[in-house]
Amino acid sequence: MNVEKQKKIKTIYRRFSFLIFVIILYVVLFFFDAGKTYNAIHASVNIIIQILPVLVLVIFLMGVSNYFLKPKIVSKYLGAESGVKGWFIAVFLGILSHGSIYVWYPLLKELQDHGMRVGLIATFLYNRAVKIPFLPIMIYYFGVAFVVILTLYMIIISVAEGKLIETIFYILERRSVNNV
Amino acid sequence: MEINMESKKKSRGNRIVASFSSAIKNFCSILPVLLGIVFLLGLFKSYISQQMITSVFTGEVFKDTILGSTLGSILAGSPITSYIIGGELLKDGVSLLAVTAFIGAWVTVGIVQLPAEAAVLGKKFAITRNLLSFLFSMILAIMTFVTLEVVT
Repeated sequence: MNVEKQKKIKTIYRRFSFLIFVIILYVVLFFFDAGKTYNAIHASVNIIIQILPVLVLVIFLMGVSNYFLKPKIVSKYLGAESGVKGWFIAVFLGILSHGSIYVWYPLLKELQDHGMRVGLIATFLYNRAVKIPFLPIMIYYFGVAFVVILTLYMIIISVAEGKLIETIFYILERRSVNNV
Repeated sequence: MEINMESKKKSRGNRIVASFSSAIKNFCSILPVLLGIVFLLGLFKSYISQQMITSVFTGEVFKDTILGSTLGSILAGSPITSYIIGGELLKDGVSLLAVTAFIGAWVTVGIVQLPAEAAVLGKKFAITRNLLSFLFSMILAIMTFVTLEVVT
C-alpha cells in the first residue's frame, strides 16, 4: 500500500471515528434502556431539523467567503494587522451569529486558513453566549440588572480570553523555537 | 471587446462554482463529526433530567460555583435551555454564584463539542480555549455577583 493511500485511510478513520463511537454508544444504551435511546434518536433528528437552515446559511457564507475573502482582506480586517477594529468585528459577529456553536466551526476554519487571528476566533466563540433574541427570557428569570451586568462582563471577558490565548500561543511558540 | 467581456463573465462564473464546490467539500469533511455531536446531544437530552442536575448541588457556595461551571461545561444545548434550568435552580435555592457560573460555562465551554472543535480548529486551540472559558465562567460569576451586590 502506498503512502498516499495510507494517509487517505487515516483521514477517513479520523473523520468517522467520533461518529462510530457515538453509534456504538447508542447500540450499548439501546440494550440498557430502549425507550430512552429511541427518544434520544428522536431528539437528535429534531436538532438536525432545527439546525438545517443555519447549516445551509453556513455553507452559503463559506462559499461567499471563498469568493470574496482573499487572505489579504482577511488579514486586513481579522488578521495580525487588524488592530482594535478586528476585536470589534469579532465581538459583533459573535453576538449576531445564530444556531449551535459547532455549525460555525467550518466557516471559522476557512477564515483561519485565510489568516484570521486565533484570539479573534476565541472572542467570536465566547460572544456566542450573548444572544439578543433570548435576553427577554433571561430577564424574566434573573432581572434587568443581572442581564445587563452579565452581558457587559461577557463581552469584556471575550476580549480578555482572546488576548490571553494569543499570549499563551506566543509563549508556547517561543519556547518551542528556543528548544529547537 | 465583446469576447473579452464574455471571457471575464465565464471566469467569474467558474470562480463562483469553484468557491461553492470547495465550501461544500470542506463542509462534507466535517459533517461526520457534526453528526456525532448532534446524536450525543440527543443522548444528553433524553438521559439527563432537570432533577438529576438539581440534585448535584450541595448548598455550599464555593463548591456549588465550581459544580455550576463543571455542569455547564458538560451539558450542552441552546443558551435558552441554560437560562430556564438556571432559573429553576435559583428557585430551588441554589446560589446565584453557582447559577451564573453554570450559565457562563454552558455556551462558552463545550466538552461534547471538544472533539469537533479540536478536529477543525486544532487540538491546542480547542483545549486552551475551553480551559480558559471554564476559569472565566467562575470569574464571570464572581464579578457579576459582586457588582450586583454593590449596585442593588
